[in-house]
Amino acid sequence: MSARAQPGDPAITGDLVRAHGLNEREYQALQEVLGGREPTFCELGIFSALWSEHCSYKHSKPILKTLPTTGPQVVQGPGENAGVVRIGDGWAICFKMESHNHPSAVEPYQGAATGVGGILRDIFTMGARPIALLDSLRFGPLDSPRQRYLFGGVVKGIGDYGNCVGVPTVAGDVAFEPEYEGNCLVNAMCVGLLREADLMLAVAAGPGNPIICVGSRTGRDGIHGAAFASEELSAKSQAKRPQVQIGDPFTEKLLVEASLELIASGHIVALQDMGAAGLTSSSAEMAARGGVGVEIDAQKVPMREAGMTPYEVLLSESQERMLVVAIRGREQQVLDIARKWELETAVIGHVTDDGLYRVMWGKECVAEIPGQQLVEGVPMYAPEARESEEAKARRTRPTSLLPKRDLDDALDELLDRPVIASKRWVTEQYDQSVQASTVQGPGGDAAVIRIRGTSLGVAVTAGCPARYVWLDPYEGGKAAVAEAARNIAVTGAKPLAVTNCLNFGNPDKPEIFYQFREACRGMAEACRALGTPITGGNVSLYNESPSGPVMPTPMIGMVGLLSDVSRHVTIAFKQAGDCIAILGDTRGVLGGSQYLTLVTGETFGAPPHVDLAAEHALCEALVDAAAEGVLVSAHDVSDGGLAIALIESGMAGEPMHGFDVDLAPYAPGLRPAALLFGEDQGRAVISFSPSNQATVEAVARRHGVPCHVVGKVGHPNGTVRIAAGERAIERRLIGTLAQIAEDAIPRRMGVTTIAAAGD
Amino acid sequence: MKVAVVRFPGSNCDADALNAAQLAGHDAYFVWHRSADLGGADAVILPGGFSYGDHLRCGAIARFSPVMKSVAAHAKAGGSLIGICNGFQILCEAHLLPGQLVRNEKLSFVCKLVTLRVENDQTPFTNRYSVGKELRMPVAHGDGRYVADEATLDMLERDGRVVFRYVGGNPNGAMRDIAGIRNAEGNVVGMMPHPERVVEPILGSTDGLAMFALAGIPAGVS
Repeated sequence: MSARAQPGDPAITGDLVRAHGLNEREYQALQEVLGGREPTFCELGIFSALWSEHCSYKHSKPILKTLPTTGPQVVQGPGENAGVVRIGDGWAICFKMESHNHPSAVEPYQGAATGVGGILRDIFTMGARPIALLDSLRFGPLDSPRQRYLFGGVVKGIGDYGNCVGVPTVAGDVAFEPEYEGNCLVNAMCVGLLREADLMLAVAAGPGNPIICVGSRTGRDGIHGAAFASEELSAKSQAKRPQVQIGDPFTEKLLVEASLELIASGHIVALQDMGAAGLTSSSAEMAARGGVGVEIDAQKVPMREAGMTPYEVLLSESQERMLVVAIRGREQQVLDIARKWELETAVIGHVTDDGLYRVMWGKECVAEIPGQQLVEGVPMYAPEARESEEAKARRTRPTSLLPKRDLDDALDELLDRPVIASKRWVTEQYDQSVQASTVQGPGGDAAVIRIRGTSLGVAVTAGCPARYVWLDPYEGGKAAVAEAARNIAVTGAKPLAVTNCLNFGNPDKPEIFYQFREACRGMAEACRALGTPITGGNVSLYNESPSGPVMPTPMIGMVGLLSDVSRHVTIAFKQAGDCIAILGDTRGVLGGSQYLTLVTGETFGAPPHVDLAAEHALCEALVDAAAEGVLVSAHDVSDGGLAIALIESGMAGEPMHGFDVDLAPYAPGLRPAALLFGEDQGRAVISFSPSNQATVEAVARRHGVPCHVVGKVGHPNGTVRIAAGERAIERRLIGTLAQIAEDAIPRRMGVTTIAAAGD
Repeated sequence: MKVAVVRFPGSNCDADALNAAQLAGHDAYFVWHRSADLGGADAVILPGGFSYGDHLRCGAIARFSPVMKSVAAHAKAGGSLIGICNGFQILCEAHLLPGQLVRNEKLSFVCKLVTLRVENDQTPFTNRYSVGKELRMPVAHGDGRYVADEATLDMLERDGRVVFRYVGGNPNGAMRDIAGIRNAEGNVVGMMPHPERVVEPILGSTDGLAMFALAGIPAGVS
């Protein structure tokens, strides 16, 4: 059998090939895979999807191979739908982060919603029940109606989807920088729980085994989504709105239950989400992983509308669909389970032993491609990497001569910056406590979920200090991992493993590929030093618009483990008279800081250096102190420096607490602004009962971590005093400061967010 | 006691309700919405979620599920029945409770901890609390604003049928700060907040646990 053009297929011309995002070199390679012949229209579509950057990682793979991916805790590393790490008692955690940037930039509500849907499917296809969602978002500043529209739509889309499926959204981060104006970032992460023994892989096996699709009908939505995600955004992108898929969380919830029941039933051998590039990539990748062939009759796929062509069925990205490989003879049981959950289902093909990826349309063969080469045969690229002069100038610009600013004013203005301010406006739109296992929800450095029926807890966090990466990709890459690890460790959890979502611009530009390469180098080094291998993730390139590339944003999602969840620590000061101490040293680095941008309106300078050995020691000290039960609170120091971290701990409790600290003896000789607002890495603000001071100091000493007691927690709803030598922030009510932080985002979003929909 | 937790397609607090009932020592089990058999339940829980994806109107389609005939019969026979969140919406749609839950005043979904005051302890779900007791528990809904005509509201107040009221902040604009109500007989309760999420110390509060104690209820009416 050999694939033949169908009546009505367009002729394969150079223009058509280019419209499919394939260049000359790739087209030649494609023909070689086909034994020298011209592809059919269907085959061209299939190659276009699987050889897109999104599916093939053709620019990033050689660099990704340098990331550490192994460790005793790793059950499943990269290459599957998601990574898996063991946490003890036979339990394992399955987790992954993925981007949905381009769809969200043109249609924020559906783009974000389907991003959540996709990442959920990556998790439950592995046999894990989703237990937590996280989202890391980047937009332009909120003073433009377009940005408010995007921000509002994305948050609502995430909320409506996650809330309906019944998975709590517990953590993440959001930041606003001009560089994201034309290309917002929407990265969603999901964490699932499974018995290690129940792990299900997406590896097709057993020639003759039937292939079954389950879930929504296939429509014409999202055709070429993967290719769309692999080009720069432009004025024409809005016209690609029809390429954005539409989500249905109600069907997704049924799909969760049906999938987990199918896995438990023992009737199936593999399960895969039909995500980017839909049926094409799910079936081809499953076959390639198993070293087998598949034959699919696209005509048997349940379709939403009449008159669809095989090309459309293959490339549709209709949501909420799964592909199942069942055990031969158990088709009926599989169909019965799917139908019990009121889902559409059909047998659409079978596994073969000829290694070919074959698509039928009734009796006609419309595609026949050697499977392994289809998935792995894409030409790889080794782009040039060079730091731009502009970036060099930005990084080396001195930060010593800054305009003077009253400390109180600076504090108020920092608290009012949306990146630092309270994110309650966002998180209250998310169900944070469904599943009744949320021990710590949004508002801290990481969320903590208990594992029902055990003493275990899992800490989860996601984010990225992209400003540092932009200024110095290598140090920034290290900082991204180090900050995530600190976020985990302050809860008392031991950092376990990482998923990442690497959002960069166009890799064909040397300055962009430099950012990518260097950030990955920093990330890899940090992951090695901190013992947190990367078990999977996603690369999103071409995040550019006419206004330029995004800040390089290697988002880091990290999971950690609390062996005794009752020992978890929150960021909130809780008891008047408790000691406040700072772990780690302060040098007062203002490069890349929020304070610097506040007083100059620009972002520049060398960002703080990351000492990985010190970071590792800090994490170990935090975990040990929590396990000994001597910490009342612990909070990572990041955006806005010590002053902001202290105030965040003061306002996090119910009730809030004032405090009184003097930082001058701790870091003598520093300028007050640098001391208060510098963003040196490797620090945490902790509080503990005076009776435990000796124990805390002993733990810190054991790990070689500097521990400086700087003051005391004050009264509920009391006053804040932060002294820095002769200058001080004096007698501010914690409630007043909290109000500034609470109002910042609602005040900006107060105007209607829908009116700007068309611009 | 035997506690049936009804699962509709789209229920998502079903497992939480089941766990809470089990934690309270009951023999709790799921009943699929297509079944008309409640398994001889002493009490029935309609859990939260998005039954039928909230298509048409929250709870509007679930009320036609086969199981709802049995649920109504159970209530009519004096059996204990509680609807939480989406379950409350279904009870109103099914006319087992008066009034309606509509879009939150601020139009967006809201999830936060709220404070409730127990206003009536003459129900199988609140008889372990005393009137005036304040409870902390989360709300998580987009359509939780309780509305009814003035006459109905006056009647509910007069007859002691307001079971919970929001204090110190009303999260959704509910009329008269109503968070939960009961039927005239007291055996059917509906509420928007989620007591099943605050039943263990590790979750920050056990304020909801006593709701599942079900002390002194009539047994096995269905």
